[in-house]
Amino acid sequence: MTDTNSNPAPQRPDNGRVVRRLLLTVVCMFAFGYALVPLYEVFCDITGFNGRTKNEQAAANTRAVDTSRTVNVQFITRTNSGMPWGFAPEVKSVRVHPGETKVVNFLANNPTGGNMVAQAIPSVAPGEAALYLNKTECFCFNQQPLKAGAKTAMPMQFYLDPDIPEHIHTLTLSYTLYDMTANATPDVLAQMQPAN
Amino acid sequence: MRTRLITALVAGLPLAASAQSQFNLTQGVTDISNRVYDLHMTIFYICCIIGVIVFGAMFWSMFRHRKSKGRKPATFHENVKVEIAWTIVPFLILVGMAIPATSTLIAMEDVSESEVTVLVTGSQWKWHYRYFDHEVEYFSLLATPRDQITNRLDKGENYLLEVDRPLVIPTGKKVRFLITSDDVIHSWWVPAFAVKKDANPGFINEAWTRVDEPGIYRGQCAELCGKDHGYMPVVVIAKEPAEYEAWITEQETIQREAKEEEQRLLSMSMSMEELMELGERVYLGSCAACHQPNGQGIPGVFPSLVGTEMVKNDIPGHIDIVVNGKNGTAMQAFANQLSLREIAAVVTYERNAWGNDTGDIVQAADVNEYVNQ
Amino acid sequence: MSTVVGEMDHHDHHHHAPSGITRWLFTTNHKDIGSLYLWFSFIMFLVGGSMAMVIRAELFQPGLQLVEPHFFNQMTTVHGLIMVFGAVMPAFTGLANWMVPLMIGAPDMALPRMNNWSFWILPFAFAILLASLFMEGGGPAFGWTFYAPLSTTYSGDSTALFVFSVHIMGISSIMGAINVIVTIMNMRAPGMTYMKMPLFVWTWFITAFLLIAVMPVLAGAVTMVLTDKYFGTSFFDAAGGGDPVMFQHIFWFFGHPEVYIMILPSFGIVSAIIPAFSRKPLFGYASMVYATAAIAGLSFLVWAHHMFTTGMPVFAELFFMYCTMLISVPTGVKVFNWVATMWRGSISFETPMLFALAFVILFTIGGFSGLMLAITPVDFQYHDTYFVVAHFHYVLVSGAIFSIMAAAYYWLPKWTGHMYDENLGRWHFWCSLISVNVLFFPMHFVGLAGMPRRIPDYALQFADINQIVSIGGFAFGLSQLIFLWLVIKCVRGGEKAPAKPWEGAEGLEWTVDSPAPYHTFETPPQVK
Repeated sequence: MTDTNSNPAPQRPDNGRVVRRLLLTVVCMFAFGYALVPLYEVFCDITGFNGRTKNEQAAANTRAVDTSRTVNVQFITRTNSGMPWGFAPEVKSVRVHPGETKVVNFLANNPTGGNMVAQAIPSVAPGEAALYLNKTECFCFNQQPLKAGAKTAMPMQFYLDPDIPEHIHTLTLSYTLYDMTANATPDVLAQMQPAN
Repeated sequence: MRTRLITALVAGLPLAASAQSQFNLTQGVTDISNRVYDLHMTIFYICCIIGVIVFGAMFWSMFRHRKSKGRKPATFHENVKVEIAWTIVPFLILVGMAIPATSTLIAMEDVSESEVTVLVTGSQWKWHYRYFDHEVEYFSLLATPRDQITNRLDKGENYLLEVDRPLVIPTGKKVRFLITSDDVIHSWWVPAFAVKKDANPGFINEAWTRVDEPGIYRGQCAELCGKDHGYMPVVVIAKEPAEYEAWITEQETIQREAKEEEQRLLSMSMSMEELMELGERVYLGSCAACHQPNGQGIPGVFPSLVGTEMVKNDIPGHIDIVVNGKNGTAMQAFANQLSLREIAAVVTYERNAWGNDTGDIVQAADVNEYVNQ
Repeated sequence: MSTVVGEMDHHDHHHHAPSGITRWLFTTNHKDIGSLYLWFSFIMFLVGGSMAMVIRAELFQPGLQLVEPHFFNQMTTVHGLIMVFGAVMPAFTGLANWMVPLMIGAPDMALPRMNNWSFWILPFAFAILLASLFMEGGGPAFGWTFYAPLSTTYSGDSTALFVFSVHIMGISSIMGAINVIVTIMNMRAPGMTYMKMPLFVWTWFITAFLLIAVMPVLAGAVTMVLTDKYFGTSFFDAAGGGDPVMFQHIFWFFGHPEVYIMILPSFGIVSAIIPAFSRKPLFGYASMVYATAAIAGLSFLVWAHHMFTTGMPVFAELFFMYCTMLISVPTGVKVFNWVATMWRGSISFETPMLFALAFVILFTIGGFSGLMLAITPVDFQYHDTYFVVAHFHYVLVSGAIFSIMAAAYYWLPKWTGHMYDENLGRWHFWCSLISVNVLFFPMHFVGLAGMPRRIPDYALQFADINQIVSIGGFAFGLSQLIFLWLVIKCVRGGEKAPAKPWEGAEGLEWTVDSPAPYHTFETPPQVK
């Protein structure tokens, strides 16, 4: 389609070069569309743009606890539609000093007759606070298997970064539980194996 | 109404806009909504002034500098001073607009401590409210009868803006809404509060309000969320704090007792007639929007319930899909939306209506057994 | 159309093209392809318009009368897609095909075979899109913005066809844009420096770069929708670690420049017509060029103003608000320049001028509502209401489409060799002008009063205004048939047009005969 020889008009010979450059731009912009995905994630990690917490283990707090103020941390649990598990926090909210490490248990039960695997997805409001919520241990890092009819308490250990801005008095952490049985990783399935 | 409309059209936008009417933004009942209204009017008037100047100059030349009047055209085609002026002046006007806009925006996003927190969850096509500090939660559905929508009945005053169970909040207290969704993106909007926030599945958003006037405030879902996007209104009642406290305590009791009552009634069986009657009511309220009143669904979008394998032969599967919904479709989990009796009734109804006639009877105890197997 | 051809052939002594359907299928002539684009876009305008008529008929009264909500949503979706990708964009490409070579003194577009392809894949794209409406479950019903997850998990099976057809439209646009850029860069006549090019050429040049930059991003977005829906990826699904709001960021990164793709060529058209009928050179040519470039550049920094309610942090809301407000500076410069061009001119009011003047006024009104929408705190109230619908129809219908009408009237004598019927043109103009305002102006009111967009049924307090709006809609739709009649009449005959039918018109296109011979500028003209 870049064949221009058939054109009867006299023209400069560098059409091919311009076309090649433009096509390269097109390809780059298509790739850029996809690159927006990781870029967006990086941007969110830096700014707390979408309220997603860092889904990896944070280092334990080494800094002094700021006892001069407390932050109210609220917990909300939800299950996605089609997800029959019961899922609730042991306490609705805790008051913590920035830097103080707390453990909160989340209770889950699988009322069905089949073994299932779940994944919890966190979201924090205000989004900015997600930057300062550090989890040193959390069930949300991994898929959670639960045998038919079983109950479990899943711990989450966290502390708030002492740098958390003064204006944040309340922080809400929401977990939505999704059914991942169909997409379970082999090692998670293996954990349920002895039961069968 | 019609005369007002004509008056407004004749008088033009400025008059229509200054009147508190159906032609302009609502002033609302919160400090923020009033600030938003003022900002809206300020910018509107600035635009009007610029418009008068620009269009004035244009019409002036259209009338004065026309060929039919024998005008000879001038030849000028640039003037650096003028061009710099009309770049700088608009910029300064913009700065003037940006200052109040910025301060209003910052006031809106004030994250200071709030006294009441409500979790607002959108789903196709209803809102769910859960009070964070109380054991109170419920769904809020469109209350306009189907016959009004299809023009078989006269439309009521609050047509499409009425729900069965409105959200109740106290006046004079800062209320925090945590907004999320179960399926697609919705948007929770109450114009009188100047609150519009998207409900994104898997994420929570925050919004705040402090309502000073007791009253009933109506809004709608503002983000296209599928077929019945136009039929998911938001209604909020603001009550005096004492009234609100009384209401929420009462609701807590009612909801606790309802749960106990449900357990107590498990042993009781309902007759086929009772189940069918209750089932039809539940079906029309919760299921007919998609599966249609005749159970046929919409081919390719919502499945039919007439004569299918599940409806004919699979009772556990039928209970399962009503209780737990189906992931990745509009079929929601009704376990939290309907009581055990209602689920039993609607399953019975679906298995026996529209010529399905399986004769199957499902009791609340069967559903309970399935849920807690 | 074949009549045009007949007329053209008559005046063309070097023409050896095959006749009949193969001539149009295999043509590589920029004028033929331009005509094909223009006719195609007009047909799409009527198809998309009939969908708007369905929408307005349903909204004539509260309650459901004619269509089901699911079908209503398909109508709003396909109306939007057809008008954006089928009517406005191909019309501009058609104008570029016809006029850019004539304006820069080139014998044809630089890549004539690709030109043929870029047109001929378009009918297939829209055939696929329209055919999807007849599938079980209907066509796309998620709005032309196809927000995930409504367009992924919760959409019907027509989504695959939708994605495929958008891909084809995108490829067509990209090929068209490459062609325009190469033509402008390499085929200008001797002496035609960049800063001597007519503004229509300049604005299209910049538009073409915008197209190259953002159409691939749209292609990426639809591909992600496709793989999310059918191949198990989770770009926009929170369960798999994705984010539905990210879809909106990617979409509007394409979508906002797209808005300028649909208006920059209009600026070029109006900048040709207003000086011609004011008999005075364009005021501030250089600042027009810079303003266009500034608008194009800023268009990449404002996308999230479509998303203020998604819950962004304050700093982001402020950033996007300020950038959006800034756009009104270069846009204002353009409007001021047009007014200054008219100032102390010798103005006459032929139909092209009437449409161009209406463009300036109505587009500016759309600009004002755009400025209001830019203000984040009030946007929370305006967002997704009829105020937004009014805003973008002011800039796209009484903006882009009026400018296309103006261009058609301005260049019809050059295309057909006949003067159009001026009386009929005035009828078309006044009917369109009045009805378009009856149609869209009251939408501001219902929007402010709280009517959301994309709803098939509404509360009673919106009833009166919706009735007026619907009447305006039907009138506007019918008025366009006058235009169809006028064009057919003009193609078939009429007063013979001179090479330069407009006293004050400037530019190389008026140095060739009317109708323009099949081959022009085979020897490049010398531009001084």
